[in-house]
Amino acid sequence: MGMKTLYLLVPLAPLAGAILAGFFGKILGRTGSHVVTILGVAISFALSVLIYQDVQAGTVFNGAVYTWLESGGLKLQVGFLIDPLTVTMMLVVNFVSLMVHIYTIGYMADDPGYQRFFSYISLFTFSMLMLVMSNNFAQLFFGWEAVGLVSYLLIGFWYTRPTAIYANLKAFLVNRVGDFGFLLGIGLIAAYAGSLDYAEVFAKRNELAALTETVTGWPLLTAICIGLFIGAMGKSAQFPLHVWLPDSMEGPTPISALIHAATMVTAGIFMVSRMSPLFELSDTALSFVIVIGAITCLFMALIAIVQTDIKRVVAYSTLSQLGYMTMALGASAYSVAIFHLMTHAFFKAVLFLGAGSVIIAMHHEQDMRRMGGLRKYMPITYATMFIAAIANAGLPPFAGFFSKDSIIEAVHFSQVPGAGFAYFCALAGVFVGGLYSFRLIFFTFHGKERFREAAHDAHGHDAHGHHAAEPHETPKVVTVPLILLSIPAIASGWLIGAILYGNWFGDAIIIAEVHKGVATMAHEFHGVVGMMTHSVTTLPFWLAISGAATAWFLYIVRPDLPAAIKKKSGFLATILEEKYGFDRFNDWFFAGGARGIGRGLWKGGDEALIDGVMVNGSAGAVGWVSGLVRLVQTGHIYQYAFGMVFGVLGLLSLMWWLGQRGLI
Amino acid sequence: MISLSHYLILAAILFAIGMVGIFLNRKNLIVLLMAIELMLLAVNINFVAFSHYLNDLSGQLFVFFILVVAAAESGIGLAILVVLFRNLSSIDVEDLDSLKG
Repeated sequence: MGMKTLYLLVPLAPLAGAILAGFFGKILGRTGSHVVTILGVAISFALSVLIYQDVQAGTVFNGAVYTWLESGGLKLQVGFLIDPLTVTMMLVVNFVSLMVHIYTIGYMADDPGYQRFFSYISLFTFSMLMLVMSNNFAQLFFGWEAVGLVSYLLIGFWYTRPTAIYANLKAFLVNRVGDFGFLLGIGLIAAYAGSLDYAEVFAKRNELAALTETVTGWPLLTAICIGLFIGAMGKSAQFPLHVWLPDSMEGPTPISALIHAATMVTAGIFMVSRMSPLFELSDTALSFVIVIGAITCLFMALIAIVQTDIKRVVAYSTLSQLGYMTMALGASAYSVAIFHLMTHAFFKAVLFLGAGSVIIAMHHEQDMRRMGGLRKYMPITYATMFIAAIANAGLPPFAGFFSKDSIIEAVHFSQVPGAGFAYFCALAGVFVGGLYSFRLIFFTFHGKERFREAAHDAHGHDAHGHHAAEPHETPKVVTVPLILLSIPAIASGWLIGAILYGNWFGDAIIIAEVHKGVATMAHEFHGVVGMMTHSVTTLPFWLAISGAATAWFLYIVRPDLPAAIKKKSGFLATILEEKYGFDRFNDWFFAGGARGIGRGLWKGGDEALIDGVMVNGSAGAVGWVSGLVRLVQTGHIYQYAFGMVFGVLGLLSLMWWLGQRGLI
Repeated sequence: MISLSHYLILAAILFAIGMVGIFLNRKNLIVLLMAIELMLLAVNINFVAFSHYLNDLSGQLFVFFILVVAAAESGIGLAILVVLFRNLSSIDVEDLDSLKG
């Protein structure tokens, strides 16, 4: 069996699982369905490990397995590019996906859509693998849209809830906005490079950089990069296209962990890293990227402080972390972005799955104001989430510290316009990150046990009598993935030396000579321990600590303070609770505007113009003209005779007159 | 001496009278038939006049045909008129406007 077959098997194994569970779920039954899908992903994961070893040995594969169609000079192929970057993504996607598959057995235990859910998440794994393994833009776009579709299906998984339907429609529409830019970028590449193959396009990058777009006169490569990045903004939920991600929490928690935290939303980050040869040639695009990342990073983190829904806090934290990754891209530190993507995938998956575990224990209660003091009841969830929260806050020695600190360093060294602003946002984001991460932990697991009083209020006349049930630790299928995922959440950061400074990515990521950030960092890097001890003397460490301390003070020492602060800072709190009014603005301007245009076209265009003027109007005009002509048709013979005679007379006179002038 | 043009003028006057009779007559269908008859006769006068002056008898021969056709036409016209009167109890030209659009 050649390597090519192995490459093919990696995406096809989850696809087979998805097809089996999706179409034959009834026959396979619940157990059968989760067995086939988990088996598919497990095979895929095992093969990824094999391929990883092969790539470590120096193999890089780039080739087509199937030509879909050929039109003019343009070839659309299914092909794989297997290099260190791809393999890293394959490992992350497969590992998290496998954990989420197992976790789902527990989380969805009594859901009627059990088989459907497994089919969807396996289909997602297939789509994501197609995206990361692609060696051309067409297949990249296929994977891109396929993950979007599965995300849509999964956000609306509980399709009887109006909020879920609203959320999945919103996610779909916002992503279309991003895809518009993405398609423009791909279109420009196809038009000017004449190929959709990565290698061929990258080979022509210097020629492309010299060109300008013929219609608008913009520098071509900048236009391409910004177009592609707008696609990434949609998929990776960057400001101002971030609005769909918090709402996507309407979906079941396992997919929030898998799709809306660990993997799919990082597709944009991956794509920009993959395009590093292009982005490196356009400082304008890099500047755009870094500013967007900075805004997302800080301002989304601020919202996380005021949220009370446990999943939404994690969702806004995801937005903020994605902002960090984007900043790293803008600072030309692609390897750092991928490194953070990896560590974030682990600790954010733990945070989400932990939140899901809490939600199960609380009988599907998501409001943190009705939790508190849960650490006694669910020690494993508490411990794993605590680890993930520290990692998220960026404190050593956990994974998040290494990647986040490297990003801040990279942004610090960056010279592109906007880097100063980004550096400030990155530092402020560390403080806010510490605050919201520990607020989540303290609010949920420490302090007064508020669920009893809440239970009496909310479930007073509940037939199930939930109020009698104490919160309890969740079953093994839930806790084992949590434990397995928290291992890399602790330890994956220690790979920093190998991943960032050890030529891990080889030629997969290209950084221009002028962008020295990562090279300088490599020079200053003195091992994992050196980095940790050094961090104690740097600003980010103390910012994170003070964020955590603030959370501790506000939610443990003086739990009455947050409400008082909120009352005092009325206007600011309102802005944050309204999420800067983006939803309101989008609803009013874009949704309302679209409805207005629709109504205008319906009333003005369809009813007035097409129905009124063109259909009924032409009929009316015929009626009106014939009404006039009717007046001539009197039915009186003498008038006809009169007309005839004088007509003949008139014609004869005309002929005579023309004859006189020699015209006939 | 009566020349050709005298005959032609007479025929033209008769023809014009017949024509005006058709236009102006608003009352009686019989008058209409008479006006048509008058126009035919005016044409006949032309035929005879030319026939005489050109020494060609076929003109006068034609007059006989026209007279026969005119007689037949009047006969049919009057017959229609009788049927019309039975149906509408009127031969008033003003009332005959069922072709009105």
